[in-house]
Amino acid sequence: MMQPTRVIDFVDAVAVYNDYPALAGVTFSVDRQEIVLLQGPNGAGKTTLLRACAGLIPVVRGSAHVLGVDIAIDRESIRERVGLLGHQNGLFAELTIAENVDFWSTVVGATRAERDAAMQRMSIDGKLANRRVSELSAGQKRRCALACLVVRRAEIWLLDEPHAGLDAKGRDEIDLILKEAASAGATIVVASHEVERAQQLASRTVSLVAGHVRGVS
Amino acid sequence: MTMSVSRIAQAVAVKDLRIELRSRIVTNQVLPFSGLVMVMFAFALDSDDVLQGVAGGLVWLATIFSLFILVQRSFAIEVSDGALDSLRVAGVNPQGIFLGKSISLFVQLIALEVVLLLTAVVLYRVSLGGAGLVLLVTCVVSATAGLAFVGTLYGGLTAGARGRETLLPLLLLPVVAPVLISATRATEAAFTSNGVTVSEGWPWVAVLAVFAAVFGLGGLLSFGSLIEE
Repeated sequence: MMQPTRVIDFVDAVAVYNDYPALAGVTFSVDRQEIVLLQGPNGAGKTTLLRACAGLIPVVRGSAHVLGVDIAIDRESIRERVGLLGHQNGLFAELTIAENVDFWSTVVGATRAERDAAMQRMSIDGKLANRRVSELSAGQKRRCALACLVVRRAEIWLLDEPHAGLDAKGRDEIDLILKEAASAGATIVVASHEVERAQQLASRTVSLVAGHVRGVS
Repeated sequence: MTMSVSRIAQAVAVKDLRIELRSRIVTNQVLPFSGLVMVMFAFALDSDDVLQGVAGGLVWLATIFSLFILVQRSFAIEVSDGALDSLRVAGVNPQGIFLGKSISLFVQLIALEVVLLLTAVVLYRVSLGGAGLVLLVTCVVSATAGLAFVGTLYGGLTAGARGRETLLPLLLLPVVAPVLISATRATEAAFTSNGVTVSEGWPWVAVLAVFAAVFGLGGLLSFGSLIEE
């Protein structure tokens, strides 16, 4: 069966966060295997848009489809197919990288081969894999979190400030990983303040201001 | 691929217990805290007759105080780096998360209660016969199951709330009152304290079993909605 080209399609979507209309009528779309940058000042609605795409925040008005599913009606069925990496990594500090990835593999039903492939894709070798997350650098933690995302076989990667807290080498590593993921079939939406760097990565930039799309370039 | 509830529960329980074994919160903080509660009451009451009479109540009071710490800890590891959010986004079956966290809490509470009961036997010189032991084991298992289920349910409810450290005991204490009362009565019967016979303890165990069943079922059905935004 042909996969639909448009994987995210929001038309005049409104989402409320903490009694505030963080998305005040957003029209926004993303095609399969695209890398799209969301940019805008703090409070523009970037994080809310990512969380709405992940089905975490309800869209209360307008229409919103992710992977062909109307998420205004059904937010839960897309969750297995979408991966969100926010400001936090979603890791367990007392566990090693391998144990974190193993945990995710088990709860999502990934095979041993998929788990090994995810670790390899993030350049996590034997020695690094056995280090506890609490002992890792910010870049290594990000790589571990991305390995957990890969093991989940997410079709859409929603990344909130993926470069935050990383040194130049760590940022380059993340960019490389994202390019490889897009080549391998993932669709990626990145919210970032690092516009220049992210623009080199993205095919399109969507500017958000006060919950509205102010431009697409 | 959708994973079975039991597989997810096993993964969550193993993960939680592994984290506790490494962080040693139970052995280094919870156990000394509950031990202190038992010892301080021994000094404060300073009478074997009184202590034997209240031994059951003190064991369960110390257990419930410790439950607050264990539940806080159980959900702190999920929210500190956004893991609970990630589990929700990944569409991991919340029933599996609920069961897994309940199992982990159950194991930790059982370990704690064994130490507290042994402390009561040594410190308060309570006696325990064969029939009393059977009653006590049944009481401990059913009371602990109830505490683990209700603790996980309320831990999930308050996980994302501001001031959750103080909110949790405030919400949880009235709800666990039936466990405190029933388990205390059943333990008194097991110890044959205050002239109570062992057979008088069994109706209280039935109350504990009903409590565990209600909160186990309620948790399975509602945990997913509770951890939603």
